[in-house]
Amino acid sequence: MEKKDKNISAMSTPAIGEAGFTGDWRDMRPVINHGKCIPSVKNKPACYLCWLYCPEGVIKTGIPVEIDLNYCKGCGICAEECPAKAITMVSEGG
Amino acid sequence: MPENLFKINKEEYMLPGNRSCQGCGLSLSYRYALKALRENTILTLPACCLTVLHGLYPTTSVTIPCLNCTFASTAASAAGLVAGLNATGKTDTTVVAFAGDGGTFDMGIQALSGAAERGTDFIFVCYDNEGYMNTGTQRSSATPMGAITTTTPILTKEQHKKDMLKIMEAHDIAYIATTSPAYPIDLYDKFVKAKRIKGTRYMQICVPCPPGWGYPPRDTVKIARLAIETGVFVLFEMENGKFRFTGRSKSLAEKGNRLPLINYIERQDRFKKISEEQLSLLQKFTDNKWNEYLKKAEG
Repeated sequence: MEKKDKNISAMSTPAIGEAGFTGDWRDMRPVINHGKCIPSVKNKPACYLCWLYCPEGVIKTGIPVEIDLNYCKGCGICAEECPAKAITMVSEGG
Repeated sequence: MPENLFKINKEEYMLPGNRSCQGCGLSLSYRYALKALRENTILTLPACCLTVLHGLYPTTSVTIPCLNCTFASTAASAAGLVAGLNATGKTDTTVVAFAGDGGTFDMGIQALSGAAERGTDFIFVCYDNEGYMNTGTQRSSATPMGAITTTTPILTKEQHKKDMLKIMEAHDIAYIATTSPAYPIDLYDKFVKAKRIKGTRYMQICVPCPPGWGYPPRDTVKIARLAIETGVFVLFEMENGKFRFTGRSKSLAEKGNRLPLINYIERQDRFKKISEEQLSLLQKFTDNKWNEYLKKAEG
């Protein structure tokens, strides 16, 4: 994929952050309460519905679950879909 | 559902930091579609929201090769790609055309119909966000009755949505499936299945659009789920003409506990001008379609 094809004059190459640090778009930041988050509580891979429903793919499945705030646009779907209500949206301004 | 979550391909083909809106339903669907399609795939896209997501030259946010084409020629360009791949002996590569509802229902229909008639071996995916969302919410033939768009701002849209699925069914193609980002595992499974089948395959995804439909970005999955729960959008698949309900729609068909349409309508600003008469017409339209599907499932 990285090799440039001589037959194609205008070919884009894949890169993370094509639109820059999209975390700048955010007005609310997701904060995980690891005391409620199911993988952290059970200490084994489980749930991960936040990863499943993240439109950006910025959530890392692991123990504990991590969110890449450089690229998280702050839509709040993870907070809405979390079955344990472990994610809250906190204002970036305050 | 979460048990199957671990079977999903962990590789991300849609990279973070792309140009899709906050809480974009397309971005969520596309992530799983690409996970299911994997490598050995060529995409072809017309000018649509997806082109915006793919980004500006010289960088792109998607790691799968993609060809950009004009609006009306999506399926024609896919047919060209298939012919080229066959000529060079690369028959194991899947060609996937991704177009919005404007590029499918309105402008892309003749090329799609032609490709389906010729039985071109490719997957055509229509992500249906019920309007021309990329250019600022204009009315398309997929917009439902009663919705405000920038071209129907006062009287709202007065016509019903075109039934593209029935049009594709009439082409007798190998596989037709509908799917929704509210059920990503269902979406993933259907794309995996579609990749294995030969012949023309048509998939339609119900993609909620926060700015176009007028709801907060955090509700994308809820709205997509309500579309299924109320029967506005039905999850099914059709293999060689054999119809079957799948996922949530299957249990709705068995139990008959569909929610009234108002649950779905009241959460969206685009329906704020819908009249009582239009609402009852829309409910009737939805019920009729649902009953048609029930009949198909029986026989």
